[in-house]
Amino acid sequence: MNDMYLAERAVDTQARPIKFKCSDVQVWYGDKHAIKDVSVDLEDKTVTAFIGPSGCGKSTFLRCLNRMNDTIPVAKVTGRMLLDGDDIYDRRVDPVQLRARVGMVFQKPNPFPKSIYDNVAYGPKIHGLARNKAELDVVVEKALRGAALWDEVKDRLQETGTGLSGGQQQRLCIARAVATAPEVLLMDEPCSALDPIATAQVEELIDELRETFSVVIVTHSMQQAARVSQKTAFFHLGNLVEYGSTDDIFTRPQDPRTESYISGRIG
Amino acid sequence: MTDVPSNLPRPVGPGAPSAPQARSLLIADARTRRRNAAEKRFRLYGILAIAVAMLALVFLLFTILRDGSSAFVQTYAKIPMTIEASIVDPQGNRDPAQMAKVLTTSYGKILQDSLARYLDDNDIVVEGLGDKDIQGFFSAQGRADMRQAVLADPSLVGQVVEVPVLTTSRVDGMFKGRVSRESAAVDARTSVAQYDLAMALAERGDLQTRFNWDFVTGTDSSDTRPESAGLGVAIIGSFYMMLIVLVLALPIGVATSIYLEEFAPRNRLTDLIEVNISNLAAVPSIVFGILGLAAFINVMGLPRSAPIVGGLVLTLMTLPTIIISTRAALRAVPPSIRDAALGVGASRMQTVFHHVLPLAMPGILTGTIIGLAQALGETAPLMLIGMVAFVTTYPSAPPQGFFDPASALPVQVFNWTQRADPAFFERASGAIIVLLAFMLAMNLLAIYLRRRFERRW
Repeated sequence: MNDMYLAERAVDTQARPIKFKCSDVQVWYGDKHAIKDVSVDLEDKTVTAFIGPSGCGKSTFLRCLNRMNDTIPVAKVTGRMLLDGDDIYDRRVDPVQLRARVGMVFQKPNPFPKSIYDNVAYGPKIHGLARNKAELDVVVEKALRGAALWDEVKDRLQETGTGLSGGQQQRLCIARAVATAPEVLLMDEPCSALDPIATAQVEELIDELRETFSVVIVTHSMQQAARVSQKTAFFHLGNLVEYGSTDDIFTRPQDPRTESYISGRIG
Repeated sequence: MTDVPSNLPRPVGPGAPSAPQARSLLIADARTRRRNAAEKRFRLYGILAIAVAMLALVFLLFTILRDGSSAFVQTYAKIPMTIEASIVDPQGNRDPAQMAKVLTTSYGKILQDSLARYLDDNDIVVEGLGDKDIQGFFSAQGRADMRQAVLADPSLVGQVVEVPVLTTSRVDGMFKGRVSRESAAVDARTSVAQYDLAMALAERGDLQTRFNWDFVTGTDSSDTRPESAGLGVAIIGSFYMMLIVLVLALPIGVATSIYLEEFAPRNRLTDLIEVNISNLAAVPSIVFGILGLAAFINVMGLPRSAPIVGGLVLTLMTLPTIIISTRAALRAVPPSIRDAALGVGASRMQTVFHHVLPLAMPGILTGTIIGLAQALGETAPLMLIGMVAFVTTYPSAPPQGFFDPASALPVQVFNWTQRADPAFFERASGAIIVLLAFMLAMNLLAIYLRRRFERRW
């Protein structure tokens, strides 16, 4: 059933440098062992999809990559996660600096209740990426163009961001994340609150973003994983069951659990 | 229920549908009717509850306005006053320093003689009218006003002037209809003759009411002259206290809430603090008064009756209210906004101050103003720290004024209801109107601020 989607996509198998090197990662929420011994290497300028049934830990693992789990008091992370060789859980790492390099887009579009311009400009402002208004304008335009939203909003930058449609809001959130010039972009089910047309737009955008960033996307939709990703990781009950090129995962799964999941028998 | 497969056993019992296909949608069944009746009853209860509340409110406002609105006007007599040079300037040299030595009491004679002469000149005969009735016609405040007018303008000496002179509270009551001929007969401080005199003058148009600015701006007065009692000191005292409460309670309360809500780790200590803050909100206010008396006056040695002590006590009382409402407002900000800010690399503090706090602002301001309004109406703790004192001098400008003796609006109301003279009862109701006006203004401000800062997302 997946061949149809795979056929539409140009197969990209060339190996790329490793961006994120994770080894023996464990996550506990209090007593609950949410991630068990996960080791995975995420490649640069690649879309990596995390798939798996609900509660399998794929979102948890994603949130570990920019330490968003720090905000949950009971969460405890062990193991090593190296971003370009630096352990992001080192005591010397300021999560704020990390998050500027590893941006995040959430499941539900969550623009600030401010103008479209201010939404995008906020990140560059707090990180000092623009010295004056003119530079900021350039950054904002570039980010909005990068999120394929510029043409739709260029005449109403001062209108509130929450007044946009759902798909536009999500692209605004992507623009906001892109504006801080991150190296990695994490997306937690970015299309689950969107209609099919908006989903198609965002997926197209993800494919373009791959030129500039490493993208890690959590998705419930296997078709979406097949459409947008080059690498796929299948999580089940907190374990990383299988990780490989998307083609291999969907056509030649090695693990029986992966096969059951992609063929719809579990999940 | 209608599409139950026919091979399933039919439910049996009194409420079971006997023949599903026979039922029409146009006829409500018994169960639906009962449900609708229950809903209708519930709505009726709601309307009744609101009606009772509205009635109580209307009754309250009606009685207060009925009893208190007359406090805002005061009766003055306007008859020709002959300012005898022999009384006000015995030396005859118009030297203000010499004239200032003539006491207020002497001016009473001017008023008394002028009224007697006026009665003679106009052939007004009142049966049984004695000197005491004429003397007691004008307020003691009227003499003082007259003296001040003469000292301010010595050219008045020897002239006949026609200025409105404040009458006593009894005459005021007669003119406004509060005092009847019957009640005057049994009142030790007036007489039937004085009543007849007042009526005669009223008929001639010599008595008139004027808007009573002194009631709003003046100071409290002794038991014998309720007609000149005013709220000025109480309003200033209340204003100073509100200023202190706002300056202390808002920053402390908001900082506490932000720390507890956004930064503090969840452990036993913070749990304990939280429980205690909630408990503080339920502590009777008089306990705060005792605390203020012990801590601020006895230990710290701050003056009694001073707005600074009242303000500090009310701050302690208002803090839990502000903290609880601020925390609720912070909690109402969706977590997705925090995620969004953290996700673009904002620090915890930037997240709070750039995004969470602006969104929580309407709630915080509303809570603060409600807390302030509560503090404005608080009486019990202020009585314990001596703000019930009789104060006839205005407190000076801040910051020194914070340490001067002052009164407070609700305490003034309490104070006046304690006085024996019924004229003070009118004043107390009037003071309640002023207090309610301030409350209303603060609540309107709260609504305005809520609208102004409210942002939708």
